[in-house]
Amino acid sequence: MRKIKDGVIKENPLVVLMLGLCSTMAISTTFEKSFLLGIVVLFVLTLSNVVVSLLKKGIGKSVVTPSLILIIGTLVTILELLLSTFVKPLYDAFGIYLSLIVVNCIILGRAILVAMKESVKESFMDGVGIGLGYLLSISFFGLVREILGHGTITIVDATQNVFGKTIVLHLFDGNYFPISFFVSPAGAFLVAGILLGMIGTWKERKHETR
Amino acid sequence: MKLVSLFLTALLTENIILTKFLGLCPLMGNSKREGHAYKMGLLVVLTTVLSSIICYLFYYHILVPTETTHLRTLVFIFTIASIVGTLEILIKKYFPSLYKSMGLYIPLITTNCAVLGVSILTIDHAFSFLETFVYAIGSSMGFLLVIYVFSTLRIKMDQAPILKGFKGTPIAFITLGIIALLFTRYGL
Repeated sequence: MRKIKDGVIKENPLVVLMLGLCSTMAISTTFEKSFLLGIVVLFVLTLSNVVVSLLKKGIGKSVVTPSLILIIGTLVTILELLLSTFVKPLYDAFGIYLSLIVVNCIILGRAILVAMKESVKESFMDGVGIGLGYLLSISFFGLVREILGHGTITIVDATQNVFGKTIVLHLFDGNYFPISFFVSPAGAFLVAGILLGMIGTWKERKHETR
Repeated sequence: MKLVSLFLTALLTENIILTKFLGLCPLMGNSKREGHAYKMGLLVVLTTVLSSIICYLFYYHILVPTETTHLRTLVFIFTIASIVGTLEILIKKYFPSLYKSMGLYIPLITTNCAVLGVSILTIDHAFSFLETFVYAIGSSMGFLLVIYVFSTLRIKMDQAPILKGFKGTPIAFITLGIIALLFTRYGL
């Protein structure tokens, strides 16, 4: 349990460790996409941690990185094939960023730092913790960007062939002039900077009052 | 003429860091020292150009004829890892001083999203061989440009009086946002 809490708060991959930024910034234009990317990363991270931990005795020291990339690459390829068959619109929405999960520093980093050393159970818990931390922070980031940029909250859109209908909440009853700047790449940097700065200031205050 | 405009688009208006977010991790981690950033950028240019050419050849001459295009990601990442490994050995042998300062960071180029990203993008755009070459040079030079400009700004940022909570990464992100606005001519 403590491991999971650490992954969400103390070692949050986005807020504290600043890892896995490329796909986060590119995909987080709507709440739905960011939430689903979080799920995908959680899934790959947990599986790769477990597989690496199971095989750690067989991996020679000189071939650590290639073997880890092979394991993660295989998992991502399986996922690519599944998504492109069953949820094509989502696969198209992710684009190249799905393949780029292979070089996502969170997954490779956890495999080297944790899964190569700890037991299977520990690695599993670590994967779930860090994955949840990522899921929560990317969903929040996507939520903020979509509300500011579109004035909506998309819950089901790209996955509509699975759920059978689209669910998009329109906040402000259409009286909102969307500031599309926030969903553009430049806006992503600004929103990320301001959110991180707010968290930093809050931490600073907490530190001072103690 | 088309190639020139492709080069300029890849270099400036569709800069891989500022519009596609590829290569953000090394940008945030490696840009603290000016000289360092520029060496890193040059190595990335070399790796990206080599890997996109080799990946292009692998894709159209091995994967397409054998109908195994779904193995693209795996084949590409292995190509990149081998290129980076070879480069590391060559640099260790012929440029020992460069190896001394950059040694630890060279293996990390494998996990630089920009390298894999550009190799996949050239396939997605269905570029010809020549276009692949020009696109790879343009976009990796774009990476070099941004990482260099950003590292010079970062030195100034360290001395500026910034709110404590915003120091470090937050202000770096905000600065990048402003650079992105300039590069992509937002709204024009």
